[in-house]
Amino acid sequence: MRHIRCHVLIGVDANSLLAGAKAVEQALIKELADKGLADEVQVIETGSLGPIGQGVILVVYPDAVAYANVTVDDVPEIVTEHLLKGRPVKRLQVPLAPEERVVEIKPTGLVKKPQPRVVLQNCGVIDPESLEEAIAAGDYQALVKVIEEGMSPKDVMEEVTKSGLRGRGGAGFPTGKKWSFTAPGPQKYLICNADEGEPGTFKDRLILEGDPHRLIESMILAGYAIGATKGYIYIRGEYTLSIARISKAIEQAYRENLLGDNILDSGITFHLEIKKGAGAYVCGEETALIESIEGKRGQPRLKPPFPAVQGLWGKPTVVNNVETLSNIPPIILNGADWYRSFGTPTCPGTKVYTILGHIETPGLIEVEMGTTLRDIIFEYGGGIRKGKKFKGALVGGAAGAFLNESQLDVQMDYDSLKEYAAVLGSGAILVMDEETSVVSLLHSILSFFEHESCGQCTPCRMGTRSLLTIMERIVRGQGTEKDLDLLLQVSENMQVSSLCPLGQSPILPIKSALDYFRDEFLERVSGKWTEPPLQAHEEASQVG
Amino acid sequence: MVKLPDTPEHNRVKEFVSQFRGDKGSLIKALHFSQGVFGYLPPEIIEYIAQELEIPASHVYGVVSFYNFFRTEPMGEYEIRVCLGTACHVKGSKEVLETLCRKLGIKIGGTTKDGKFTVSTVRCVGACPLAPVMVIGKEVYGRLSPQKAWNIVRGYYEEERT
Repeated sequence: MRHIRCHVLIGVDANSLLAGAKAVEQALIKELADKGLADEVQVIETGSLGPIGQGVILVVYPDAVAYANVTVDDVPEIVTEHLLKGRPVKRLQVPLAPEERVVEIKPTGLVKKPQPRVVLQNCGVIDPESLEEAIAAGDYQALVKVIEEGMSPKDVMEEVTKSGLRGRGGAGFPTGKKWSFTAPGPQKYLICNADEGEPGTFKDRLILEGDPHRLIESMILAGYAIGATKGYIYIRGEYTLSIARISKAIEQAYRENLLGDNILDSGITFHLEIKKGAGAYVCGEETALIESIEGKRGQPRLKPPFPAVQGLWGKPTVVNNVETLSNIPPIILNGADWYRSFGTPTCPGTKVYTILGHIETPGLIEVEMGTTLRDIIFEYGGGIRKGKKFKGALVGGAAGAFLNESQLDVQMDYDSLKEYAAVLGSGAILVMDEETSVVSLLHSILSFFEHESCGQCTPCRMGTRSLLTIMERIVRGQGTEKDLDLLLQVSENMQVSSLCPLGQSPILPIKSALDYFRDEFLERVSGKWTEPPLQAHEEASQVG
Repeated sequence: MVKLPDTPEHNRVKEFVSQFRGDKGSLIKALHFSQGVFGYLPPEIIEYIAQELEIPASHVYGVVSFYNFFRTEPMGEYEIRVCLGTACHVKGSKEVLETLCRKLGIKIGGTTKDGKFTVSTVRCVGACPLAPVMVIGKEVYGRLSPQKAWNIVRGYYEEERT
């Protein structure tokens, strides 16, 4: 008889796959079978366990022992020593902090400090390919509540409005308000924007890979609130694992009548389809995304009319980000007041960040809105790698802004960051140590914009090209101080005249880089600058 | 009227596309599928899809050229993706790329005459501590020099011979 006494969670995401997660998993399963433990120890593939850059990570329950950088060669030792004899392999062990979970307190996640997990509640805890585990962990409870308590679409919308949830895609627009703008009509659409293209951002990918049923549930609820019976998930073509997992989850949900006509005999109808992107950063802009779903070049539309009035196929459409949507089930289940107990009065809730760069524990974290940048970097991220000094951080991806040491105590929420002309954006935080060159980082950002400009409107098409030309001059040490002003001038013109955020954004990294790290640029254009030996940049940033 | 030859590959495309006759919204889906079959999008496939979905072929070409993912040239058996991200850039990935292109006698994006390799570039594979990095198929090779990179590529030929 099969009696499972022990579970081994293996974090499978794109990063650990590169580190050989699949091979480790197979070796583990084989080794367990060889040792006759197959009926006692179950291997569960789960989403990202949080940190990245630490190779393949295993967590053994109920012992709550975590291993990092596991290779195939380590498997026999782990199986014999730990799973058979009960002695954890100290050599590979990494500390596992108890984490405050919303529903129950259970040690999970390799984090330096407990995180309040609302969105990532089940990520790295359940097997994302199992509907049963998702349900046991609380997915679809909010849907059942709506049905059992007879909540009307208006009730759902009001609860979300009251919760103060704001769009997590970058702009921070109140979600309830966005929904309420949806024009009346017999056919409306709900689109989930999973076209996560901001450099250094992969939070949505890990949500999709870690808990796909949560997203499906949230889309049913959102669709119900706005009166849409058809939803699309527009997902980056590069995200093959996310696509596979969400496809499987959709299939399971249809089978159990959690999707389709008359869901669970409630009278609610909702259909869900995946639309795969094909590699275009601009498609993250909602109207470009709509164009792409319609099978066209992903070029942004002129607004107004806004999608809420004329969106997909000319019908009223709401486009919400993955993380935004994933907040909805807990809001419905626990109420707006509960949700407001997290975060700040104007920005309630939590925020998921990907912290990268020169940091001890790079990876995925979820913290309350309004947490300071200092806490995120030094408490949750474990501080700067190799004991080096903090120089600055790029917050919000390529379309974000630089912050320096004097702004470490800024509260990370939409309103507080605005005061520093910064944005929360996609939630990417790229941490730079004292040796990082802001000049080359900005160069990399500007070449990204130049490559991704869709070419539709002139200010962006020409502007991104001129910015790159000027920047290349500066990087080579052939620029002048005037070039610095020129960067600002061009990006200012682009900000006021471009059609969509792609052309409006370069001003953010440019202005903040010049404001806070001007000396570095002045040195580069002084005429005395020469290329340093390569070793000086041994571990340059991960953006670009 | 475009008629596709009667090969297993072409028939798979025909079968898939026939589900979406006249459905303009399925263009990208149809292109994804066809590229999955052929590895690229040959002209007759593009024109066939245009005809079946009732979209002008010029429009389909416009979509194909807009998205990074779609290609109109055949791919080699192995794709060599050289990372040009910031970290790799400062560690000399450009020299690696130039050497590979020169030795293989192709330009970036090109494919060797024997159909073995396609060389392309990638912005960042997230393996910055290993810079400079290239990816062949699913294998990541790090800490490259131009010579080391070429030895690895040559190894693929030798592997075949043995």
